[in-house]
Amino acid sequence: MTTMTNETRIELDPDVPRVMITREFDFPVEQVFRAHTDGDLVRQWLGPRDLTMTIDYFDCRTGGSYRYLHSRGDDVFGFNGCFHEVRPNELIVQTFTFEGMPDGVALEKVRFEDLGNGRTRLTGASLVDSFADRDAFVSSGMEAGVREGYERLDELLAK
Amino acid sequence: MAEDALSRVFSALADPLRRDIVARLTDGDATVNELAEPYEVSLQAVSRHLKVLEDAGLVSRSREAQRRPVHLEAEVFDLMTKWIERYRQQAEERYRRLDDVLRSMSDATANAPALHLGTETTNPPTTGESP
Repeated sequence: MTTMTNETRIELDPDVPRVMITREFDFPVEQVFRAHTDGDLVRQWLGPRDLTMTIDYFDCRTGGSYRYLHSRGDDVFGFNGCFHEVRPNELIVQTFTFEGMPDGVALEKVRFEDLGNGRTRLTGASLVDSFADRDAFVSSGMEAGVREGYERLDELLAK
Repeated sequence: MAEDALSRVFSALADPLRRDIVARLTDGDATVNELAEPYEVSLQAVSRHLKVLEDAGLVSRSREAQRRPVHLEAEVFDLMTKWIERYRQQAEERYRRLDDVLRSMSDATANAPALHLGTETTNPPTTGESP
């Protein structure tokens, strides 16, 4: 069973608009890598639980590209990007765009590190254009609450 | 506007020394000298860090008192912490789903030893190289 040792860590880079996510898995690096490159496996874990994830295409190889949709009722959110470098069991470099904001693009690097004993460390770095974009991205986890969150922050800072 | 304010708070908290200062201020107000004591950096450097925290609205300094103690604006700090934690939890939930997928992959391999291992994609073998 998963223990607390596999806790997800988040780090916001102070120098560039980047978010780092680190997580360890009790599974071999080949398996963790395959769960990132096989669209049918990706579909099972990547999307938020309350949204349905549909893969339009997912060609995970150097020079390949992907597009998938998250939907909830009539709301459909599209995402797409290109795979710039796919190195088995080591690295995936890809771009990521939310189709609702097609001019915006994040550069993502996912590193796979074999820790031995069938364990793997995953390190994801997501770099965007500006600190404002990154921080909006991080706080978008608030979903409907984000506007109230901003208002609350405004109130607090106005004091 | 609010986004800029948010960015300032996030950037302010992104620095390890500033995070440490904020953590210490959760115990109570302190002067610049007291705050600077444990660090091997100049008093000016600590003052600069405090200015960043102050501009972000995370700390305030009383205008009246001679020693001008630094005060943590706990509500702003709590809100930030909550947002980052919320983001972290979503990532955690995603990776727990990945744990489940990895577990089911192991089961599938165990139940079907004839399956080839490796990193093949789901593409049918007839597809060959993509253009």
